[in-house]
Order: sequence, then structure tokens, then C-alpha cells
Amino acid sequence: MRVRFWGTRGSLPVALTPIDIREKIAQALLHASGREFADLNAALAYARNALPFSVNGTFGGHTPCVEIDTGGEEFVVCDFGSGARPFGAHVLARQTGRPVTIHALMSHLHWDHIMGFPFFGPAYVPRATIRIYGCHAELEHAFRLQQSPPCFPVEFDQLRARIEFIRLVPGVRCQVGPVAVTPELQLHGGDSYGYRIEHAGKSIVYSTDSEHKPEDAAQTGRVTAFFRDADLVVFDAMYALADAISVKEDWGHSSNIVGVELAQRARVKHLVLFHHEPANSDATLERLLTDTRRFEELTHQGHRVEISSAYDGLEIDV
Amino acid sequence: MTRLDVMARPSDRAVVVAVAGRLDQESCDRFRLALAPHLSAALGASQGMVLDLSALDYVSSAGLRCFVLAAKEARAQGGRIVAAGLQPMVAEIFRIARFELVLPVYASVDAGIAALGTGG
Repeated sequence: MRVRFWGTRGSLPVALTPIDIREKIAQALLHASGREFADLNAALAYARNALPFSVNGTFGGHTPCVEIDTGGEEFVVCDFGSGARPFGAHVLARQTGRPVTIHALMSHLHWDHIMGFPFFGPAYVPRATIRIYGCHAELEHAFRLQQSPPCFPVEFDQLRARIEFIRLVPGVRCQVGPVAVTPELQLHGGDSYGYRIEHAGKSIVYSTDSEHKPEDAAQTGRVTAFFRDADLVVFDAMYALADAISVKEDWGHSSNIVGVELAQRARVKHLVLFHHEPANSDATLERLLTDTRRFEELTHQGHRVEISSAYDGLEIDV
Repeated sequence: MTRLDVMARPSDRAVVVAVAGRLDQESCDRFRLALAPHLSAALGASQGMVLDLSALDYVSSAGLRCFVLAAKEARAQGGRIVAAGLQPMVAEIFRIARFELVLPVYASVDAGIAALGTGG
């Protein structure tokens, strides 16, 4: 499987400003002080290989949308955040006029996880079938509501695709297109659901918008079982631990440190930090990644967990 | 069972509580039970508390959460808690967790006591 991240930011889409761009250019100039480049290709190679990611790139600003590519004809995606717009363009580019089926697993129905659907190109295409899966009773209502006046000019019933809503049951494994899926109830305002996605002997857990109480042994046991031996876990690491367990307690999100602890307990192979705080700059997110890798290095007891931080455009093969 | 020792020692100007061993999910309830009478004593005597962490080998998120709860309880009653003497690994965990925003950290118990005295 290939995991393709189309949107990785939490709560609200963000974009770089001119000040951010100037800061990156100035940082790049400082890094390159005294160097000369024969041509553009030499400068590009330097930018790609020598500059830190926070200078030569960006984590991006779309809200959650993560594609699970099994290599087959049908698409599988987690959440319809604003990343669903470029994901939709990707689907249409591959579809080339043929019928297409998209299976979408919804963690929950908060706006940042559904806001991309009105801009999801395949929804406007007659030969597309979109199956939207979730555990919330209000699944269909939420999608219809955001396309009702006065919120959006195109009403849900005007969409040309065939759109179906399918209720899943937490803890019950089922087949969703090409993958087997097990939903898990998570701690979040109005509830959210994580998904363990299995295909061809590999397992991916998509676990966003989920708060973890460090002192709650029963919850830790449940989450550990859900993550057990996963090849990849996409994890809500929105806050620093100090915030998550004090001023932002009960806000429904977790931290990088708790992510590492759970991944170590569950013997996860690869942990991906996700649902980034919109106020965090690229430099802050890069520092968080460095810190998280250091925490893993300090605390591992034999089992090593690879740590990445998701960004819009990241692809990981599992 | 995770090794964890909690021991108070007398001081004129603050209640000093030494925490030794590992503070994690398995030992956090024992820590909270052991700390409670010392916290009550400090609040009753209108004294601050210094957590001497020089013999603390490891603290997990659950352990840090215990510190948050203690600091919150102290603050609600007009008291203060600071931490002192962190080993390098615990100091690094505090830094990565951004925990210095929750619990002021000092290099030594004496520095912690002095800071409590000055309101620093």
C-alpha cells in the first residue's frame, strides 16, 4: 500500500504568507552564503539536498485527507478535509472518463474533516460512485447540511455522482472496497473513530482527533490493542504534551509524546505525526519532529519506531 | 512493580519531597497517594513545595500528568510547586514536553527554595 497525504493540518486550513516566504528565502541565502552555483539545476540540487525541509519546503495547510492506494482501480481515502480538492483532481486525472469508485472512511463530522467535499471534483461526475463510510448516525445529514443554503451554492442533490452512505459498527471488521477495515471509538467531542486498515498482510491505522489520558490504563490498553504491530500509524499529535494535559485537556487531541509511548507499547513500526496545530510554523513543526525522534531515542526499550511528520504531498510505502 | 520512592525531608522554608525511581502509568497512583499528605502539609503551613527529582530516572506522560494535577491543586489553594535537580534524561523529557511552562525547574533544591521565597 502507498499512503498519500493530501491534507495534514488540524482544525483550519492555513497558507504561507509573503512574510513566511521572505523568511524562507532569507534563511536559504544565509545557508548558501559564500557559495556559487553554475546554473539553476545546481541551485535546485543544493536547495533539495542541503537545506532543511522547513526552508526548502512546507508542511502545507490542507485539513485531513489521506489516500490509501492499494494499487487497484478503486480509491480509498480517510476524511474529506480541504485536501479533498487536490485529491479529487488526482482521481479525475487517473479516471480519464472511465467509471470510478471512491471509498471514504470518515473519522467524524467536524467541519475540518468534511469541508473539502463540496470541492471534490468526482462528486460532480456522473460516472463516479462515492461510498462514504462512518459510525456516526448523522453521517449523511452532515454532508447534506454543509451543502444547504446559505452555506454553499450547489445543493447536495445537484451532485452528479452516485453517493451512498454506509454505517459501520465500532469493533466490527468489514470489507471496504479493496481493504478490510475495523473502526474504533475514540475520545473526542461528539466521538471520533479510528480505522485499522488491512490489505495484503499490511496494516495502517488512521487515528486522528483522539485524546489520550496518560493515566487511564484501560484506555491505554484498548488503544495499544488497536495499534498492535501496525506497519504505520497516522496519529493526532496536535499539541505539546504540557498543553494536552493541562490548559488544553479535554479539547480532544493528543501529543507527539503520547504517540511515541503508545507506538512503543504496541510495537508499531512507523508513527506519523498528523493533524498539525494551524498556529505552528514550518520551523516549529520541524523542531517537533526532531524532538519526537529524540524522545523515541531516549525512551525505546529495544523496539525502535520510525517517526515521520506528515506534510501535504508526502507519500509513504507500506 | 515499578520502583518509586517518595520521601519528604524537613526544611525551614519549604516542603522538600524527593522522588526516586521511575514515574509512569504503573506507579503514578502510588505517587499521588504518597505526595498527598506532603502537599496538604505544605498548603497548611503556607509553604511552597520543591520536588527534588535528582534521583528520578524516568518520567512518562502519566508521570508528568501527576505533576500537573499536584501543581493545579497547589495553585487552587494559593500554593506553589517547583521541580529541582533533574537528571539529564528527565530534563530532556521536560524540554520536549514543553513542561517548563507547567512546572518551574531549578538546577538545585536550594535554588528552588530560594525561588519560592522570592516568588520567582
